[in-house]
Amino acid sequence: MSGSPIYHALNVTKCIGCTHCMKSCPTEAIRLVNGLAVIDYDRCVYCGQCHRVCPTNAFYVVQDDLAMIHSFKYRVILFPSIMIGQFPEKYSEDQIYDGLKKVGFTHIYEVEQPLQVLIDSINEVLKDPDTPKPAISVYCPAIVRIIQARYPDLTENIILRKAPHNLAAHFAIQRLMKEGARREEIGLFYATPCIAKIAAVKSPVGEAESIVDGVVNMNHLYNKVMKVISDSEVPDYSDQRQNLSREGITWSLTRGESCHFGSRGIAIDGIHNAVRFLERVENDQAQGIDFIEMRACDQGCASGILLSGNRFMTVERLERRAKRYPSAKDIRPEVIKLNTSDLKEKLVLEPIMPKPHFIFGKERVKAMEKMTRAQRIVCFLPGIDCGACGAPNCHALAEDMVNNKAKMSDCVFLQQQWESEGRISPNKAFLNVQKKWGTDRFKADCNKRGRRNEGF
Amino acid sequence: MKLTFSIQGSDFTHAGYPSSEVKKVLKQLDIDGKTIKKIVIALYEAEVNVVAHAWKGTATIEIEENKISMLLEDEGPGIPDIDLAMQAGYSTASKEVRDMGFGAGMGLPNMKKNSDELIIESEVGKGTKVKMVNYF
Repeated sequence: MSGSPIYHALNVTKCIGCTHCMKSCPTEAIRLVNGLAVIDYDRCVYCGQCHRVCPTNAFYVVQDDLAMIHSFKYRVILFPSIMIGQFPEKYSEDQIYDGLKKVGFTHIYEVEQPLQVLIDSINEVLKDPDTPKPAISVYCPAIVRIIQARYPDLTENIILRKAPHNLAAHFAIQRLMKEGARREEIGLFYATPCIAKIAAVKSPVGEAESIVDGVVNMNHLYNKVMKVISDSEVPDYSDQRQNLSREGITWSLTRGESCHFGSRGIAIDGIHNAVRFLERVENDQAQGIDFIEMRACDQGCASGILLSGNRFMTVERLERRAKRYPSAKDIRPEVIKLNTSDLKEKLVLEPIMPKPHFIFGKERVKAMEKMTRAQRIVCFLPGIDCGACGAPNCHALAEDMVNNKAKMSDCVFLQQQWESEGRISPNKAFLNVQKKWGTDRFKADCNKRGRRNEGF
Repeated sequence: MKLTFSIQGSDFTHAGYPSSEVKKVLKQLDIDGKTIKKIVIALYEAEVNVVAHAWKGTATIEIEENKISMLLEDEGPGIPDIDLAMQAGYSTASKEVRDMGFGAGMGLPNMKKNSDELIIESEVGKGTKVKMVNYF
């Protein structure tokens, strides 16, 4: 169906075709075919919204096997600080570090270090008068992809500085090679809280290939560590955290970036909020704002879909943790033997290209005809946006129809009307619905429960 | 293709709806971003003028292969001296309108700057007709 790489998919034995994912997808990338959700990977921006709303956990993530780490002598785990927030309070940072060693890693790097290098680098971009304002952070890969697809002109506003996992990866290489390691002996593994970051590593935007050798699902890693984690005294690993700063620890949370940049910085979290705000930015309605932090998940990475901890508890733990660490400014490069200029050079991204996905075809006259037809079709649809046709809303169904991907008879309301007007037999109408939703749809099945609202 | 919108005078809350709808259509037609931006600014300013000064109006947008025509017709006080109104900074907006951040006297100059053709016809006490054309 598409040449786009796949990082998440649907377990067809779990999907009950409830339409929740389809309706909450910000790019209308999901349709229901034969009663099951189908993702159009060309449109998908990997925000993970579908995972979040699925009542049956039918989506899964394509990931690397943790066993692959053993093909390297130096096995570095890179993880964002939110991972610490996943563990029960009773486990200390040292016990978690110790658990990661037991799982098989030789070196541990929280990704937000040495953060001052990244802060300085981003500030340089912001100071440049040629940088279009408001400048938008590159941090969340789902946001970068949605800008490429839906707001192509705003790609120019993205700050071309890599995300923290690259920072820590290059820093780790620098340090290990100083200790005598050869580059090919170093394996870098990134523990990711979301599929957007998996996609960012596997098919990066703005760089030829990622520095990271593999990605590890954070839930998966959490389970592995929990199996071996020690309740008693463990060695002191605090020396491995001496480059970590309080800014770094809260970087992945909402306002973690925006509080450091610009004279007027703003933080947006949640993919639907982000879309609405990007619409404003595109209309020049964010005047005066010079820096935008934007993340697909509410509370930032604390609610990544590959996390198990409660996001509010995670935020609280990290805020508390941050207070115990020094400010990034006070971590001197000469003390930690850091080659700042080398690291800065490696943080620069290539320009990010627009990839508009929502155009109606290259030929304008034809595209206009199609759009006019779609507008006309919408007038005949009920406007209930029920999803029973397999499209997320009436408008999307109309667009699918003019693109020959759907038929008028897919609308169950129109079918009813035709039946009452005697234009179609009840039997034929039923067959149509069965074709769309599969024969099993009409069998009694107690597992076929949709999702109720919170609190029920 | 044709799009029509009605605009209610003094309804600042919803000013900008027609221009953002038109923007979505133009984006789906793969029109160049800089051109879209000019169209959206020109149309938005014209909408705000109707909202700020007139009682009610309509926006009729026609998109053809190489151009977009935007016609805004309103029932309102009209413009007594169009040349004067075209001057940057000239404004007859009320204090209430200015307090809301509108009425800086840049509406018409911005429309002129961002459209390829601009024709204004007005009759005092009756209303104003603004026609703008942009070429792709």
